[in-house]
Amino acid sequence: MADDMMVLDPEAQQEKQPKVGETKTASVLFGIPQLGLTHVDRQVPVDEPPPLPENSALKYVGHPTVRYDGVQKVSGRGKYTADVHLPGMLYAYMLGADVPHGRILSVDTSAAERYPGVKAVYVIEHDYGGIAELRDPKAETPSRYPVVRYAGQPIAAVAATSQAVAEDAAKLIQVKYDPMPFVVERGDARQADAPLVFPGPADAAGSAGGGGGPKDVPQTGNVHGPEKKTKGDPEAGFKEADVIVEGEYFTQVQTHSALETHGVVADWKPDELTIYASTQGTASVRDEFAEVFKLPKSKVRVITEFMGGGFGAKFGAGNEGVVAANLSRKAGAPVRLMLDRRQEHIVSNRPDSHQKLRIGAKRDGTLTAIELISYGTAGVGTGAGTAGPATNLYKCANIRTEENDVFVNAGPGAAFRAPGHPQGCFAFEQTIDDLAVKLNMDPLDLREKIDESPARKVERQIIREKTNWRDRKAAGADTGPVKRGMGIAQSVWYRFVDMDSSCEVRVAKDGSVEVLSAVQDIGGGTKTILAQVVAEEFGIPPHNVQVRVGDTRYPIGPNSGGSVTAGSITPAIRNTAWQAKQKFLQAVAAPLGTTADNLELRDGNVAWKDGSRSVSLRSAAAKMPTSEISARTTRVPDYEKAKLTYGGVDYVELAVDTETGRVHLEKVFGVHDCGRPINPTGVISQVHGGILQGISYALFEQRVMDRQKGYMLNANLESYKIVGAREVPEIEVELIENYIGQSSTDAAGIGESAGIITLAAAIGNAFYNATGVRMRSIPMTPSNVLAALGKTSGEMTV
Amino acid sequence: MNRFTFVDCATVDEALSQMKGDAVVKAGGIDLLDLMKDGIVSPPKLVSILNVRSLHSIGLTDRGLELGPLTTLSEIAEHPEIQQRYAGLSDAAGHAATPQVRNMATLGGNLMQRPRCWYFRSTDFDCRKKGSSDECHALQGENQYHAIVNNKSCAMVHPSSTAVPLLAMDAEVELTSKAGKRTVAMRDFYVAPEVDLQRETAVKPGELITAIRVPSPAAGTRSAYQKYGEKESFDWPIADAGVVLEMDGRTCRKAAIVLGVAAPTPIHATDAEAALRGKVIDERTAREAGKLAVANATPLSQNGYKVQLFQTAVYRTILLAAGQMGRDPSAVG
Ligand SMILES: Cc1cc2nc3c(=O)[nH]c(=O)nc-3n(C[C@H](O)[C@H](O)[C@H](O)COP(=O)(O)OP(=O)(O)OC[C@H]3O[C@@H](n4cnc5c(N)ncnc54)[C@H](O)[C@@H]3O)c2cc1C
Repeated sequence: MADDMMVLDPEAQQEKQPKVGETKTASVLFGIPQLGLTHVDRQVPVDEPPPLPENSALKYVGHPTVRYDGVQKVSGRGKYTADVHLPGMLYAYMLGADVPHGRILSVDTSAAERYPGVKAVYVIEHDYGGIAELRDPKAETPSRYPVVRYAGQPIAAVAATSQAVAEDAAKLIQVKYDPMPFVVERGDARQADAPLVFPGPADAAGSAGGGGGPKDVPQTGNVHGPEKKTKGDPEAGFKEADVIVEGEYFTQVQTHSALETHGVVADWKPDELTIYASTQGTASVRDEFAEVFKLPKSKVRVITEFMGGGFGAKFGAGNEGVVAANLSRKAGAPVRLMLDRRQEHIVSNRPDSHQKLRIGAKRDGTLTAIELISYGTAGVGTGAGTAGPATNLYKCANIRTEENDVFVNAGPGAAFRAPGHPQGCFAFEQTIDDLAVKLNMDPLDLREKIDESPARKVERQIIREKTNWRDRKAAGADTGPVKRGMGIAQSVWYRFVDMDSSCEVRVAKDGSVEVLSAVQDIGGGTKTILAQVVAEEFGIPPHNVQVRVGDTRYPIGPNSGGSVTAGSITPAIRNTAWQAKQKFLQAVAAPLGTTADNLELRDGNVAWKDGSRSVSLRSAAAKMPTSEISARTTRVPDYEKAKLTYGGVDYVELAVDTETGRVHLEKVFGVHDCGRPINPTGVISQVHGGILQGISYALFEQRVMDRQKGYMLNANLESYKIVGAREVPEIEVELIENYIGQSSTDAAGIGESAGIITLAAAIGNAFYNATGVRMRSIPMTPSNVLAALGKTSGEMTV
Repeated sequence: MNRFTFVDCATVDEALSQMKGDAVVKAGGIDLLDLMKDGIVSPPKLVSILNVRSLHSIGLTDRGLELGPLTTLSEIAEHPEIQQRYAGLSDAAGHAATPQVRNMATLGGNLMQRPRCWYFRSTDFDCRKKGSSDECHALQGENQYHAIVNNKSCAMVHPSSTAVPLLAMDAEVELTSKAGKRTVAMRDFYVAPEVDLQRETAVKPGELITAIRVPSPAAGTRSAYQKYGEKESFDWPIADAGVVLEMDGRTCRKAAIVLGVAAPTPIHATDAEAALRGKVIDERTAREAGKLAVANATPLSQNGYKVQLFQTAVYRTILLAAGQMGRDPSAVG
């Protein structure tokens, strides 16, 4: 979800929502168990189901539940996009540019076309990969081909009878370039005499998952920005301060590196275009294909049954999708186009950053002013802002931020798990830690003073009770070469709701229950929570609910970005299941000799509420007058307009080997909140994933560009280093329940606020506690760590 | 990857008679297939020796250890007597790469794998090493993983972990061709870039490694090897050290200290070796040797940290060999 969506206006959000009809007053659960639960009155639609009690009073919702499709996944029966094999299917390969910047003079495909086994060749005339577009297209001489702005930018593609043939043939395509000067490094690109990536101001759109930057900002050379935001009077705030801390921080470019690369199988038929896509948004992919190919949406079908990770980079059709569909149309056969690992590394990333922070505070910790100036590169795209944490984590009346995108000739940035936040948090939460040092306050105590979130208050209390925090020593207290330390950092993320969340629930005459929605399960466990919510209404175990998702033939579902999925779709699921249940009870009540209000569904039975009788769901269903009962609803608006956030507190214990520069994590303890957890197992699993990705970002991952020729040097998983099993510390995760009284499930997603935001900062703070030295850049490799410790010259301190 | 023919050989003779023209020997295939997939080599024919049973052996006698080139790194690492008498070699075999790679990687292939340099291993770049240009991109470019010693003409590094202790232990390699057998000492096995940038090793076309022999250690010998990476799982060394100490009680009679990935080939740290001779091994002498080991380093723009890292690797591996320090948690890969 875009960074700028944090200022998303709840009013505007409501406008998109359907007109609310008659309402009733409902007394709904509110609060955090540790702080005491209460009930609050909400105006809710008249047909809203009764409010749910807390998790402990429920049978399936809120209880650890085994992943719905876990067995299919681990046994290889789950079919991912690359497993789709259609009769007559062809294999495609896209040729990438081998210059980082230049005009294409000609593309000669004749040799490729003649190559045995080749069925279609396609030359790209418009980029769908996230490259920013010139505000004034006339700033550039018109050309049939897009200008090449990064090495590896797709140019043309071949569909052939095998992957090997496609690749061999693609290499026969002759491209003539008029090469132009290029720049691949943020610092270089900011120089006055730097080669220009764009000849004039350019903006990138972003995707359904966010990304993209502001559009109405100035552009000077390669610097797109600043986007300035001011709250209160920062100058006065700094004057009022007793202490001011400053810090300068650098973060690297991280590539998405999802296990499954981007790709589709496109099957162009005269009556329908079917796209099997590795995507986070069946809806957004359908919409983009319909738009690009001028097809009615009703004639585009997108299917995502199993998905191997996206982390924000997979929402639209993409170059690979548009190319595959064109090739399929040309060849009259289905075409599979999966990016190879090298391409995957090049086409999307989390932007880097260079941030300067200033924080002013009173002696008691009260923040008086925050100032952040950031520069970051999203390559040929935008979206490198980092102000989220500085703006939204703590109470401060005076805030000034200036965010700049810097264009370079490298692959475009894309939304990436909590866009802007890991970078922002690395700088901000370390500067807050510095403030604690300067004020001689415990970092947790300082946060008690400045953090207004009740959830994080409870989370900090759990950290205090369940970790070794109380044994924390002064910074740099250890004397040997290996030094130990502890640190914490906090995260904030926002409640976004996608109103395009619909589903259908069906009950068949044999008592079987089915739920259908176009929503996709990108690995977060959406299928499981859908099953749980339906199971709770029908009184049957979750695995008895048939879940059908990831197909635009079903009612439209939300795109999975910005942690919207659980909070958007589960209320629709519950409302639909509840309505289907009412219809069902009404249909069978008379044949059972009673009225619906005497009946309930419990333990696989239709039971009389007075306990006098029960019959199995199956035998009751046999009495349905029709062979199917079904209900269908769409998400109703949140009960009350509010800007809500979620968050977490992560604690890290580590050892720094000051003579090798290795940082060894020993323990991570995370406490997180996401409204009502529907499946604690799934939520905790996602937090584990976020923590691992956060460790990987903090310690290992780093895109390396060659400045001489403009290529990415480590576009593979050998030199682009990702955390492995041996680097995983002991990880413990606790969840708190936080009832917010906003929907019929009160659920929320956890994808963003799951450790990826905090880990680099928490590790940085623990590193400082261990060594007394601040890590100002990541990844914390031996090279960067030894440099920070002043040990790169060859002189060893004994 | 290019198209190629594949011959599966059962005997050394069969393999030798197949090794004609541009045919290339394939053992475990780990490095070879990587190079082929990346388009760096495109041999028309692969001669697989993986099923040549006579080359898959471990022999221990009074004269020493004789290893067939098809012995896998896991087999070497798990062999109890090698662990005992040639600890440094077993450490190296057991800490190279990853468990999956070690199960497949052969000793011969490990010694013969091509050097590491991301410019050399990418078809995006012509370079001096490939013979396609006169440039070494690493000297001006991204060189954080490159050599800090002997790095003036080509700054690649050779990542063979097993070569490090084998050089320290004075091993020799038996080469067989149709013309017969010859033996090359490990110290003459790798060819430095300033001697010949293309050859890499003493192995000539048509020759097969048929044995690796390690002499029996002298009385009082202790050895160790440690590999440092950016992480433990699935990573390459950024510094590794092999140490062989011949001890009289706590005094060192003779020391061999070899550095991997410091230079384009594994090298002896001769000043450090000399400094230990006749000395009592303790933390002070070990650290002093560590400093001397890289005193002649000429780091590039981004690899100055490797100087510190090698000092640490050397002193900690000396202390490990001497039994005065445990295995380093920073080198457990
Ligand atoms: C992630 C990763 C990390 C790694 N880390 C390390 C590490 O830390 N330390 C380390 O040492 N290695 C490391 N490696 C490399 C790996 O150990 C080698 O690729 C492997 O040992 C090669 O052995 P092989 O049998 O597969 O050789 P092959 O790939 O089959 O052959 C390699 C070369 O040797 C030649 N060859 C093979 N056998 C003979 C013979 N008998 N006579 C003549 N020529 C022969 C072949 O022609 C070829 O040129 C790593 C690899 C990976 C993927």
